[in-house]
Amino acid sequence: MSGQLINLFAALLLLLAFAMLSQRRILSLIHLYTAQGVVLVCAAAVMGHATHQPHLYVSAGLTLALKVFVIPWILHRVIARLNVRWDVETLINIPTTLLAGIVLVIFAFNVAAPIAELSSSIARGTLGIALACVLLSLMMMITRSKAVPQVIGFLALENGLFFAATAATYGMPMVVELGIALDVLVGILILGVFLFQIREQFDSLDIRHLEKLKDQ
Amino acid sequence: MSPLGAASQLLEIAAALALAPLFAGWVAQCRAWLQNRSGPGLLQPYRLLHKLFHKDSVIAAHASPLFRIAPYVVFGCMTLACGIVPTLSTDLPLSPAADAIALVGLFALARVFVSLAAMDVGTAFGTLGARREMLVGFLAEPALLMVFFSAALISDSTSLTTIVKTLSSQALVIRPSLAFAAVALVMAALAENARVPVDNPATHLELTMIHEALVLEYSGRHLALIEWASALKLFAYACIGIALFAPWGIAQAHAPGALLLALPVLAGKLAVAGFALAALETLSAKMRIFRVPEFLGMAFLLAVIAMLVAILLQGAP
Amino acid sequence: MDPLLLLLACPLAGTFALGLFGHRARAPELNVAFSLGTLLAAGALTADVIAHGSRHALERQFFIDALNVFLVALTAFVAFTTALFSRPYMRVEQAHGRMTAPRLRLYHSMYQLFTFTMLLALTTNNLGLLWVATEAATLATVLLVSVYRTAASLEAAWKYFILCGVGIAQALFGTVLLYMASERAGIGEAGALLWTQLDMVKTALDPRIMGLAFAFLFVGYGTKVGLVPVHNWLPDAHAEGPTPVSAVLSGLLLNVALYAVLRCKVLTDGALGPALTGQLMMAFGLLSVLVAAFFLSRQRDVKRMFAYSSIEHMGLITFAFGIGGPVATFAGLLHMTVHSLVKSAIFFAVGHAAQQAGTQVMSEIRGLIRSSPTVGWGLMIGALAILGMPPFGVFASEFLILTTAMREQPWATPFLLVGLGVAFAAVLRRVQPMVFGEDSFKPLPQRPALVPVFVHLGIALVLGLYIPPYLVDWYREAARLVAG
Repeated sequence: MSGQLINLFAALLLLLAFAMLSQRRILSLIHLYTAQGVVLVCAAAVMGHATHQPHLYVSAGLTLALKVFVIPWILHRVIARLNVRWDVETLINIPTTLLAGIVLVIFAFNVAAPIAELSSSIARGTLGIALACVLLSLMMMITRSKAVPQVIGFLALENGLFFAATAATYGMPMVVELGIALDVLVGILILGVFLFQIREQFDSLDIRHLEKLKDQ
Repeated sequence: MSPLGAASQLLEIAAALALAPLFAGWVAQCRAWLQNRSGPGLLQPYRLLHKLFHKDSVIAAHASPLFRIAPYVVFGCMTLACGIVPTLSTDLPLSPAADAIALVGLFALARVFVSLAAMDVGTAFGTLGARREMLVGFLAEPALLMVFFSAALISDSTSLTTIVKTLSSQALVIRPSLAFAAVALVMAALAENARVPVDNPATHLELTMIHEALVLEYSGRHLALIEWASALKLFAYACIGIALFAPWGIAQAHAPGALLLALPVLAGKLAVAGFALAALETLSAKMRIFRVPEFLGMAFLLAVIAMLVAILLQGAP
Repeated sequence: MDPLLLLLACPLAGTFALGLFGHRARAPELNVAFSLGTLLAAGALTADVIAHGSRHALERQFFIDALNVFLVALTAFVAFTTALFSRPYMRVEQAHGRMTAPRLRLYHSMYQLFTFTMLLALTTNNLGLLWVATEAATLATVLLVSVYRTAASLEAAWKYFILCGVGIAQALFGTVLLYMASERAGIGEAGALLWTQLDMVKTALDPRIMGLAFAFLFVGYGTKVGLVPVHNWLPDAHAEGPTPVSAVLSGLLLNVALYAVLRCKVLTDGALGPALTGQLMMAFGLLSVLVAAFFLSRQRDVKRMFAYSSIEHMGLITFAFGIGGPVATFAGLLHMTVHSLVKSAIFFAVGHAAQQAGTQVMSEIRGLIRSSPTVGWGLMIGALAILGMPPFGVFASEFLILTTAMREQPWATPFLLVGLGVAFAAVLRRVQPMVFGEDSFKPLPQRPALVPVFVHLGIALVLGLYIPPYLVDWYREAARLVAG
């Protein structure tokens, strides 16, 4: 039963990754990110229950605090202060992006399939989905031209990695997990500060302004 | 062909023909309730059909025979479709003749005829409607096929009766793929049946209509057949949804008692489905026609994800 | 007290101390003092390891062997000399109004944190912690690169953060796969990511998982090494950050990232033989040498040009490790050392020159030899050294790499020669007028710190002429660890 639940969470995560890829509004992106966090917490908790690994509960708690409360809160504050709460990104051909996304998913499944068979985890089938989420977030970062969605893409990338660790190996050792959490938190704080500085310098959060440095 | 099979097949088609207008009326009634209107009554579609059948049909002078044949072809296709989808029993003599792919083909055939007929008379609205109909159809069909494929992956067969048998006989398992497929099916069905986010069946606003523009030139018994056929199509889609995602209560072979029980179960499920459809239509706003490809692209995407997830998680416990 | 503990505690304490007092007038001296403490601890640790051999520390979470102790010593040394260089450099920047007191505080604090994360990455035995330390090093350097808050530096830092963040995320996925492989090989959870544990059972690691894991780890850490095609952040970050930061980026951070690749390579080679890792490293190393050499010739900004030179040299080192075998690996390690020393020396000289000229554009820097002869000579000798002129150490290591390549991978030699030749012509053509051309500038308000430049170049010269026997033994031991 818990294996099925994990599969369900994995599928939801993939769906959320696609939703992020096609979402134009910054506020909705943050909501989607929070939803991803909730799914991750559930997945980690179910895993912990199924495998009797208490440290997974700790990691679920850490994720809950960080990815459901702290980081979305920071993001909300940042977009409120930058006054981009209702920003809508105009460009990008969404159907094409989504089709490219499907290709990525197939690629990820193919890469992960032989490896997944070797895992002893109850959620081994989901390794491919985790990799797909990582690649989709990567693509989201590439296709976006605004700074805030890029940051959210970066965070979603980390979510995919977290899920990979949970699914393939029941989470990383505690020291490492704490270290990763710290890095992500500090990273988002620095990025937040950066957003203000970029805005101050360029009067815009459009990354296309950040293409001055080129080789002659 | 067992006599029981023949009986259930006949019963199913008869039930479809009889219940389809009622279902359409029920959806309209629910919509009226949800919008705080007093509806036209459940039986309004029957009255409409009755009225139309008693009217003369007016046909444009330069219309080709295709224009006259089209309503019959469309009606035939939809009746056959309702016969293939297992609604009351899985013991259907017609089902080996046509699987899920053929079912999509039947819908396509009907669409081609109705579009050709619309262009046949040469009015601007007919051509416009036909082009939009083809656009919607060409985007919705792949999604529908993918939905069938992801269900077929579970039972290793594209035959609808086999799928229903497999799904209804196994223990309760969480299948994320089916959840995605269900959403995709709903989206494709909304587009195919000209329901609200894509088209509004209750208006005759020239610039946005799709279905109404197609049938603008028909009158009398031809229009009656077309209206009946579109009610049948909605019914068929509802039944597909029920068969794939809520197959409990559909009678298995050789069980006459269960066959009788299946009818009220079906009616109950249809009532719920109709109410859900009405609620969905009330809650959403009609989108611009240029947004429709995006909407259907999402449906297709969901269906593909469903299939991929099904493939990936198949081996997992 | 354990010198290892001291080694890590010293820069960490420096981070906090300078975070509080980094804006004071004597802060640069404090920075130097902490770096000196780190250097002394590194010296003690090195002596300890030479005397007693490799050892674990702190419940096996840390591990010192011949490979990393030599990098620890190098890192602590260059960090110390860079702190010396940054003392007058930052005073001038402050006089020019480019640095303010709060920025200096941030700079000094992050400089110590950066040293700490690099030393942590080098000494940790836990591959997960290695990832965490590398990511933390990225965060610290992002702040260092953007310290001027100009549009260009912000852009460089943003690019750096995003590209390295994405790259390093791939490395995390690789680490997850590594963890999976180690669980399958039957290591308990406590030791699952410990390199020494994995090294013991490396032949039992599943080759399929390890192959995929190495691919991800190589892409991830390779981004930080600055290998083409994921090198885009490197020239920007070098050109737009303060010069001491460019020096430590080129001299130290790239080495640390390459060290991470090497640790992973050892494990992967154990599981599935050296073919995969060797080919990957040779291919991307060679590509980096060639692409960097051609980009190098088109630069106008002096720091950008030497940043491309760093990409070229890291490519060469990666290629050397890709060839494998004791000689090539020996040459790669030697090249890592001399490249760090010479490249940081060049950046020191370039920093003073750019401050004097008030620009980093090469066509506007002229006649250094007249306005400040020592800076001019430092730049000239440094450029000659980095281009592989005998008798400097770079010549020795490049010669070794080339001859080994001729013997074992003859197909690659023409590419290497073309790359090195193009780079040689390009750098010399640019540096020569900068040093000897007409024109002169006002002298700087602060006496430039040229001791580090000539100390570095002197060591590189000595290493080219004569490598002390204990150093040879040391390199051999490290090469044996890497090449098996």
